[in-house]
Amino acid sequence: MCGIVGLFLKDSALERELGALLAGMLGTMRDRGPDSAGFAVYGAAAPGAIKLTVRGPRDCDFAALVRRLEAGRTPLPHVVYDTHLVLTVRSADEAAIRAEVAAMSELTVIGSGRRMAIFKEVGRPDKVAERFGLDGMAGSHAIGHTRMATESAVTTDGAHPFTTGPDQCLVHNGSLSNHNALRRELIRHGLSFQTENDTEVAAGYMSWRMREGASLEQTLNASLTALDGFYTFVVGTETGFGVLRDPIACKPAVMAETDRWVAFGTEYRALVDLPGIDIARVWEPTPAKAYLWELR
Amino acid sequence: MEPLDRWIHTPPRPSATFDEFAIAEIRRAAATGIYDIRGFGAKRKLPHFDDLLFLGASVSRYPLEGYREKCATDVTIGTRFAKKPITLKIPVTIAGMSFGSLSAPAKEALGRGATAMGTSTTTGDGGMTPEEREHSKILVYQLLPSRYGMNPDDLRKADAIEVVIGQGAKPGGGGMLLGQKISQRVAEMRTLPEGIDQRSACRHPDWTGPDDLEIKLHELREITDWEKPIYVKVGASRPQYDIPLAVKAGADAIVLDGMQGGTAATQEVFIEHVGIPTLAAIPPAVRALQDLGMHRKVQLIVSGGVRNGADVAKCLALGADAVSIGTAALIALGDNDPHYENEYRALGSRAGAYDDWHEGRDPAGVTTQDATLAGRLDPIAAGRKLANYLAVLTLEAQTIARACGKSHVHNLEPEDLVALTVEAAAMARVPLAGTDWIPGVRGF
Amino acid sequence: MRTVDLSRTSLRELNAALHALGSFTNETHWRVLNPRGQHAIAAGIDAAITVEIEGHVGYYCAGMNRDATVVVNGSAGQGVAENMMSGRVHVKGDASQAAGATGCGGLLVVDGNASARCGISMKGIDIVVKGSVGHLSAFMGQAGNLVVLGDAGEALGDSIYEARLFVRGRVESLGADCIEKPLDEQHKAGLARLLAAAGLNGAVDPGSFRCYGSARKLYHFHIDNVGSY
Repeated sequence: MCGIVGLFLKDSALERELGALLAGMLGTMRDRGPDSAGFAVYGAAAPGAIKLTVRGPRDCDFAALVRRLEAGRTPLPHVVYDTHLVLTVRSADEAAIRAEVAAMSELTVIGSGRRMAIFKEVGRPDKVAERFGLDGMAGSHAIGHTRMATESAVTTDGAHPFTTGPDQCLVHNGSLSNHNALRRELIRHGLSFQTENDTEVAAGYMSWRMREGASLEQTLNASLTALDGFYTFVVGTETGFGVLRDPIACKPAVMAETDRWVAFGTEYRALVDLPGIDIARVWEPTPAKAYLWELR
Repeated sequence: MEPLDRWIHTPPRPSATFDEFAIAEIRRAAATGIYDIRGFGAKRKLPHFDDLLFLGASVSRYPLEGYREKCATDVTIGTRFAKKPITLKIPVTIAGMSFGSLSAPAKEALGRGATAMGTSTTTGDGGMTPEEREHSKILVYQLLPSRYGMNPDDLRKADAIEVVIGQGAKPGGGGMLLGQKISQRVAEMRTLPEGIDQRSACRHPDWTGPDDLEIKLHELREITDWEKPIYVKVGASRPQYDIPLAVKAGADAIVLDGMQGGTAATQEVFIEHVGIPTLAAIPPAVRALQDLGMHRKVQLIVSGGVRNGADVAKCLALGADAVSIGTAALIALGDNDPHYENEYRALGSRAGAYDDWHEGRDPAGVTTQDATLAGRLDPIAAGRKLANYLAVLTLEAQTIARACGKSHVHNLEPEDLVALTVEAAAMARVPLAGTDWIPGVRGF
Repeated sequence: MRTVDLSRTSLRELNAALHALGSFTNETHWRVLNPRGQHAIAAGIDAAITVEIEGHVGYYCAGMNRDATVVVNGSAGQGVAENMMSGRVHVKGDASQAAGATGCGGLLVVDGNASARCGISMKGIDIVVKGSVGHLSAFMGQAGNLVVLGDAGEALGDSIYEARLFVRGRVESLGADCIEKPLDEQHKAGLARLLAAAGLNGAVDPGSFRCYGSARKLYHFHIDNVGSY
């Protein structure tokens, strides 16, 4: 049970303000989800490079980690945000660096992509945003989530967004009812899971479908039968985003659009401070329909 | 030599799997094409409070004398947000039961008895009657998925509001009232045609999920100017998740109803096979409150098969703030009274087993809308009986509490209990009597 | 006229002031500024006053309204006018889910579209939607009229009791036990009154609607209807 926010800029002049605008939206949704929060920001890409978001424990010595990874390699551009490290690596080095990080038990790669960086932590959403300095971040689009844990523990692992593939992430408001059986099936297909969380299963399902060659749109449509329960999903992609509501559609979803941006909020309240909201077109996505927006 | 045929007759052996109830039910289903509907709660044997015992004082602990050495029983509900929390003199309340499922004299009797003992009654899935408000000094008003009879005036007249997500007999199910009991008055209160079978909604119409429940509770508080405690009632299913979510949604108190909890009418399969026993539900609920630092700050009211003062004391010892009674209250009023044995037989049942409350033909006048039958129930006398019963429940609980050295029934704790069976020990998280063993926790 | 700016005054103060008004108050006209999507604005009013809200509101605006006229110059979130007893609520923009849910009386007018479950479990409220309504509208509708100038989504009137539904546009599908019924003169006269009350005096022909209501086959359980359950 949760709040979802998303902001997708059409006007690149707003890119420097992306983080600040999203932080405001996220803070408004804190009543819906006081337990933990997370967001994915799609910033500038470096040619031939991949961003890896690595999460570590409090007071992790990221400087030491970077030195280790740099051994025998060219310097790795990196930024530390509280418990997260965003590392820029050459595409060719990605697999090897991931393997080295995976060997260190305290660290997890929670996202990768040409443009996407993911941040998530336990705690009140406005505090989480502050810890990571969201309001200083820039980019073309971002998705955020505030969590009220329903059936799995309040841990950072359980926070959304979950990554579903390079430059792709998923956030969810609702409660699935067949995720345990689906998780067992996906494990047989080679996926692994860190939590008891239903959203992690949805993310795994989508990753698996796309790995097998389905497009995001096909995957979202397939989700309508594969996933049972109540859900509003927002999926971030390298160039835009997707929205899907289950056919019963009890969980809320509001969208707004101007010629400068498209926004998503679980409640209209999340959108009230966006520039030009007074003249925006405001509407609700239709249930059981996969929406995809490509902004670039 | 003995005749051989003395050896070939063995007694007929009934099957434990296809017992007489299972066989009769298959035959009934085949004849009618409809599932069996009945009232009452789960009837099969389940781990329950009888499987727990108290450790009374001896050498290491000292008891309280009766009379002057008081054992207090009061409880205050709604201290978290309400401007006017309610104080009950005894930790036993009357559970939500509708006018419609119960007769008017029955509702009046419940009000009279509860008021005499300084405790509350609760409306049910049909709204508040003026008689109930008049006769019940402390009245809790339910907000159910159906919203039958819901209106802001009654909301403001109530002393507390109970948002019902579900009940123990049918977690995930909605209300049910069959045509036989939709009298003209009931029909008017519920805005339904007289005599039809009321279908039920199982979800609330204008919110789904704890995130939106929070907004609904806020609306109810705004409408009533934040005066009244708001309870959230759930059937026992996943209390380890439901209780934290109710707390996060802003509940002042939580009502947790185990599978033994009664109903006026629902499918037999629902009653017996969905939801968990009350005993199994209480410890995870209390632990969840403790983990949130909310034990005793968000009050926990437990129901489902509470029958005597020992049951009351055991619920409190496990961490509840109060209990609620439904079936037991009806029996105190006269439901299933052996006095009507011939009439129960004529209905195909017998006193003590009669559960066809949905038919509205109750000889005792409790679960019927028939004027003649209801006329048999004298609300003043029945109210007196309920008051007597509530007094006994309280005295019994106090007796046990004093024997455990407690000056307030709330000071009973899990360490005052032991279990007689491994299941009860595991569910209640208290040791098997005479041992250190709590299965899954310690000792083995 | 009293003006309350919710960016300076709390929602609690506004609602408390509205609740404190007696039936014979002089302060019959209120304007609310900067609602910014807050929930439960003007919920629980019990006086014949007018409240105009300048902007979008969140959930449960005018919830359990009695006698008041509430105008939302914007869109409304979930449950607008839920359980309304009497009076009038007018949403100039769109309404989200469960608009007029369990309403017992009064008139709810939505100039734009209403979403899913419009009029769910309605118990006597009249609802006029000038746009379209979403799926499961009038689910378990017990009494009252739902008038839709646009289209209706799937499962209209599912499990309906005695509410009456009038739709001018396309109905995606009908719900369990909901059937089309002949539009008679009495229906048309009632429609004309509701359309006039919604400010559509003569602009819309009552004859252009189709009428839907209960087939009454689910009033008593019968095994042959098991597919509807």
